[in-house]
Amino acid sequence: MSSSKSEVLQGTLDLLVLRTVDCMGPMHGFGIALRIQQVSEDLLQLNQGTLYPALLRLQQRGWITSKWGVSENNRKAKFYSLTRTGRKQLEEEVESWDRMSAAINRVLKTS
Amino acid sequence: MRETLLEFIHRFAALFRRRHSEDDMEAELRSHLEMAVELNIRKGMTPEKARSEAVRAFGGIDQVKETFRDQRGIPMIETFLQDLRFGFRMLRRTPGFSILAVLCLTMGIGANAAVFSWIEGILFRPFPAVAHQERMVALAGTVRGESGFDDVSWPDFLEYQKNCKLFDSFIVDRIMGTTLSIGDKADWATGSVVSANYFDALGVRMALGRGFRPEENIGRNAHPVTVISYRTWKERYGGDPAIIGKTQILNSMPHTIVGVAQQGFDGTFVGYAFQFWVPASMQETFDPTGYKLEDRGAHWIEGFTFLKPGVSRQQAQDEISAVAHRLENDYPATNRGRGVQLMPLWLTPFNQAGNLMPTLKISLAVAVMVLLIACANVGNLLLVKSFARRHEITVRLAIGCGPARLMRQLLTEGLILSAVATAGGIVFANWCRNALVLSFPPMGSGVIVNLPGQIDWRVLLLSAGVCVVSTMLVGLVPAYQAGKVDLAGALKSDSGGVVGGRARARLRSGLVMVQVSLSFALLVGVGLLIQSLQRIRNASPGFSTQGVLASAVDLVGAGYNKERAKIFEDELVDRLQAFPGVRSAAFARTGPISYRSYSSSPIAVPGYQPSPDEQPMLEYAEVSPAYFATLGIPLVSGREFTRLDNEAAPPVAIVNETMAAQYWHGKDPVGERLQMKDRWIQVVGVAKLSKYQSIRETPRPFFYLPLRQFFSISGVMYIRTQMSSSAMAALIAQEVRALDPDLAPLDTITMREKVNNMNYSLRLAVALLGAFGGVALLLSAVGLYGVMSYAVSQSTRELGLRMALGAGGSDLVRLVMSQGLALTAGGVVLGAVAALGLTRLIGNMLYQVSPRNPLAFGLAFVVMTFVAVAACFLPAWRATRTDPVRALRG
Repeated sequence: MSSSKSEVLQGTLDLLVLRTVDCMGPMHGFGIALRIQQVSEDLLQLNQGTLYPALLRLQQRGWITSKWGVSENNRKAKFYSLTRTGRKQLEEEVESWDRMSAAINRVLKTS
Repeated sequence: MRETLLEFIHRFAALFRRRHSEDDMEAELRSHLEMAVELNIRKGMTPEKARSEAVRAFGGIDQVKETFRDQRGIPMIETFLQDLRFGFRMLRRTPGFSILAVLCLTMGIGANAAVFSWIEGILFRPFPAVAHQERMVALAGTVRGESGFDDVSWPDFLEYQKNCKLFDSFIVDRIMGTTLSIGDKADWATGSVVSANYFDALGVRMALGRGFRPEENIGRNAHPVTVISYRTWKERYGGDPAIIGKTQILNSMPHTIVGVAQQGFDGTFVGYAFQFWVPASMQETFDPTGYKLEDRGAHWIEGFTFLKPGVSRQQAQDEISAVAHRLENDYPATNRGRGVQLMPLWLTPFNQAGNLMPTLKISLAVAVMVLLIACANVGNLLLVKSFARRHEITVRLAIGCGPARLMRQLLTEGLILSAVATAGGIVFANWCRNALVLSFPPMGSGVIVNLPGQIDWRVLLLSAGVCVVSTMLVGLVPAYQAGKVDLAGALKSDSGGVVGGRARARLRSGLVMVQVSLSFALLVGVGLLIQSLQRIRNASPGFSTQGVLASAVDLVGAGYNKERAKIFEDELVDRLQAFPGVRSAAFARTGPISYRSYSSSPIAVPGYQPSPDEQPMLEYAEVSPAYFATLGIPLVSGREFTRLDNEAAPPVAIVNETMAAQYWHGKDPVGERLQMKDRWIQVVGVAKLSKYQSIRETPRPFFYLPLRQFFSISGVMYIRTQMSSSAMAALIAQEVRALDPDLAPLDTITMREKVNNMNYSLRLAVALLGAFGGVALLLSAVGLYGVMSYAVSQSTRELGLRMALGAGGSDLVRLVMSQGLALTAGGVVLGAVAALGLTRLIGNMLYQVSPRNPLAFGLAFVVMTFVAVAACFLPAWRATRTDPVRALRG
């Protein structure tokens, strides 16, 4: 099992969260966790709890904001949404991720 | 970068909303788990399975919470706040201890803060209203081969101003006084003759009107204008809004008031608040010794300069010395051997800064000693308390609290104590900001003594530094001890377990010994200074201090010319001497132990060959007939001046013994001649040596000339009488008014008062050292008492046993007392050694007292022993109240 699943890389969690919130609009923590697992087809192994310190950090940096609301099942939950600076940050991070993975791919293929 | 800052701000803000965000976090995590459980149930799991699966997917909940908390706030500060809260709780639990500790530290820190504020306000930043004090330096003249400083002449001053490029500005400041009569109220007022650029260079603004204009430097008595101080405007003129343009008679010349200086500006003279200023062109009006603006040989200017930014004092000194050297070559007649010296403000020789510097230095050393004593005391109290807390500390260590964390906790408690004490200390310092004025001699009405302490950010910063240092001193002792707790041993033994008992007792005794030794050294210092003060008071100044009064009439201010003044003085003397209570009366330009300086002149004596470098320059006094009889200065040979030694008679002089010995090689000089400038003067008498300027001065050659033959208006008079000064003052006032209804005499004081006033810096040192010494003694007594009562309370079992075995009350008292006194003896020995080193600090304040004076050491010993006995007596008495049955059973 451990061979087919990967730990979420340090630092990439921020990118995943920003991207998820960007696609899905305001979302609560549990929803974000489910969504990440779903989209990665359960390939990324994520301790759901580790999401919360990350969400706090992104908030502190002003990239996302949070608001208490009511979930689809009528439950009180905190909803996170992307801010304008968050969107800019996401674009930058996606771009640098692309550059980085392209570079790594090139190295892997040529050598 | 922006994100990091934003993150920090959020983290910081979170420190203040911990409760709220903690609840928030709990709610969010709960809602997450509930949603997960719900989903799992919907997937078909049993509720138990659903819950455990949700928790598994979540990961360690407590771990997440911890990471979350770390991300939320600033962990270091949170720990600190936690320590702080805990510390407050611990200190509140023992209020007696906390109050005592805070009081001790407040005394120590307050003493330091007060001394800091004095040093700042008097030495380093004496003129708060002046911009760029840090670039301001004092300017004084020097004479080659002579110690001390002289003033600068106006033409030289102008040359420096013109030729020096490294300076922003030069200002002249010459203290003078006059009678200020407003309406029917006349008072003495202190003012200053200043260069026209004075206010601009200082950056002092005007509350009303204008400052001086450049042209007001020029022309003999051509610009009778004056700027008054804000204080004078408010107090003497009732804050008259239409004051500008009004005239005020100053030294019999109507002056137009052109400005009121900004509030808080009291001039640039450490010691007095000035009330008015006049421009340099008015010099002659305020100077009875004549017009000096064109005389390169007349030295009267005390000045300051502002260096250009970035210029060091040495560079500036080099430049100005080069100019002075050129002046020496250009004007050898007046400038040979003359130079200038730039000095930092705290060394200014022509105001009180230089006088107070040694006293303040000593105060600082003493305040540090008081702080050390206070810290040793509080350290001791904390040590005792940490023993009482040994159980708590042991448990904390046992459940995994690291020694570093424990030390931090104990240091935090120390910090709370010192922080509260620092706040108290600053309040105390602020409260005694003006305390130094109290020890200043009364200067007579109208003279405002002004020696404010200054509490600015530098003083606050330094006090904060003291707070940190005392925290270290106070907290480290118990923290160090806590680090050495033997866990297993401490937990095993319960009540009887003394954690590192012996080591602790030694440490406590050591701290008490430090306190006793420092107090002892202080006591020795106080003893030495008190003896000096006594000896200086009893020292014979060479003139009588009993039955001689000094007074003065401001004839210059009243506009008298020389002829009128001569007649007035003769008539007043005749009138006064006609009273049966008055033995004699005399006038002089200036007399002994006076703030006014003597005249001086180069002299030559036939038969005396000065060495090539020596230019014999002597001081002299111009005195009227009966001066020697009135002041009680004995004549060794020859005669006193008489009324016959007048303008028509050949000039005569009376020399002192030292001059006779030096210039005539011990031969009686009566009948010989001396040359002063172009005049030949015959010696008619030799006077016994007396003190001229200060009681501490060494014998020096000096001579007297008849006032009539070398006249200048001053109006200083001396009266020999058995009448009290108040009765005499009334009599003088009556006779002065009879001669001139518009005149009133200035204050009449005894020569004894005059001499005592000159000792104010020594008196100040005694007062300060006495106050600090008292505090130190009190603190040591508290320390000794604390240690002894603790020792008694810890050894009830031993005491009970001794009683059961037949020891009487007196035996127990002796036992306890001997322990306390042994500590004291140790401290005294250490203190004696310390005192031998430390008294060197006050060496130059001592007068005919050796720093090893046995009386001072003996007295300190007696006082210390007495205090120690008193401090140990209560614990000893308590020891005798031990109930042997209870003690042994317990």
